[in-house]
Amino acid sequence: MNVELTKKPVPRLVDQLQYGLSAPICMTWELTYACNLECVHCLSSSGQRDPRELTTEEAKGVIDELAALKVFYVNVGGGEPLVRRDFFELLDYAIGKRVGVKFSTNGYLLDEAKAKRLAEMDYLDIQLSLDGADAATNDPIRGEGSYAAVLKAMDNLKAADFGPFKISVVATRHNVSQLDEFKALADSYGAQLRVTRLRPSGRGVDVYQELRPTQAQQREIYNWLMNQTDVLTGDSFFHLSALGESLPGLNMCGAGRVVCLIDPIGDVYACPFVIHDEFMAGNVRDDGGFAKVWKESELFLSLREPGAEGACNSCGAYDACKGGCMATKFFTGLPLDGPDPDCVKGYGDDALAAVDQASIPHSTQDHSKPQRVAITSARS
Amino acid sequence: MNSTAPHQLSSRIGLRPEPFGAMAYHFDTRRLVFLKTPALVDLVHSLESFDSVDQAVASAAAGDEHKATLLVAALSSLEEAGVICER
Repeated sequence: MNVELTKKPVPRLVDQLQYGLSAPICMTWELTYACNLECVHCLSSSGQRDPRELTTEEAKGVIDELAALKVFYVNVGGGEPLVRRDFFELLDYAIGKRVGVKFSTNGYLLDEAKAKRLAEMDYLDIQLSLDGADAATNDPIRGEGSYAAVLKAMDNLKAADFGPFKISVVATRHNVSQLDEFKALADSYGAQLRVTRLRPSGRGVDVYQELRPTQAQQREIYNWLMNQTDVLTGDSFFHLSALGESLPGLNMCGAGRVVCLIDPIGDVYACPFVIHDEFMAGNVRDDGGFAKVWKESELFLSLREPGAEGACNSCGAYDACKGGCMATKFFTGLPLDGPDPDCVKGYGDDALAAVDQASIPHSTQDHSKPQRVAITSARS
Repeated sequence: MNSTAPHQLSSRIGLRPEPFGAMAYHFDTRRLVFLKTPALVDLVHSLESFDSVDQAVASAAAGDEHKATLLVAALSSLEEAGVICER
């Protein structure tokens, strides 16, 4: 909710936020590139740890900075954050500094003991990733056995009386028809459902075309969300607001304005979905630390400038959709000032058809595990 | 709201100054509330030095009745959001 008080006209909040804030509202911090899973759509191409990852002391230094900047909470992810041996130490440290943590996990390492420990902490949210309402839908995306593992983690959290955790679903062509089932599952655990948009980021670039919801499914997602009162979206479907009444949220791309990412090696990107040199603003190890990157980096200052003239500017829906998601456009090879590939007016299709597939950029950090090659020995 | 009672910024709130005013974060409900003018931020901070909301508002409005009405309405929604509370 917002509280407005003035006799003079004040710019709408969304217009003020375009120019950036003194610190991010919604920041993501990927703690490690190591992961026990190899999800096909991993936005950070995670798998193996990077030897340059922030040490415990460096990570505490980042928390000190976030506390000083009054970043009230941070979304922690990875990789799989529970893989880090100092995870609980960092969690305690952040919460002690009044920097709340919402961390995303695949649940494999969330056993009964950890669930009990987490349930005792204040100011902590947990988000469990699930991409299918059954193993047959989930496991091809997230890995064999991952459905059973995340349900076990939910059971552990429930048994430990953790309270309302979140179940986070990336909407794909295969699970849009299961939205009601996800909601029922969340309700059965007293959990909150979160549904977010699939982006062609990280390894997602390789599966985007086959997994992204169809135009008809986009409308289904919009209609479904409009009928819900308690489903989170991370504001990720704002491009669908052009279908009618705006979805709840700021309905704008927050990259570099209200959103940013710190990756495991301390690089700061405009948003979690653009791990690419072109959107890297600096590193928390640089002089001046994170605060200087946020306040002074050329990239972030340029993202806070009013948008350039582009193909979308003359479209009547621009005020509703703001041209869609920057990361999605970038990793599908589309111009950033043009339509989103999932533009509800259909302008994205023509634009996509004109893209030279060979020119599509890929993330500049790839920590995927090496391909396992089956070795067979032949005896003559 | 009971505007005759003394109020204060809730201890469950983090308040961060911003160019437009301030951003309040409620540590329990995890909700963000935007205080869209510096005048409102000043008023919220001043609450604890007055014996009632009415006195704080009277001081801030300086005789402007329209302004006083807006201020009370704004404080009332801040109380609903748990940003301020009786002390």
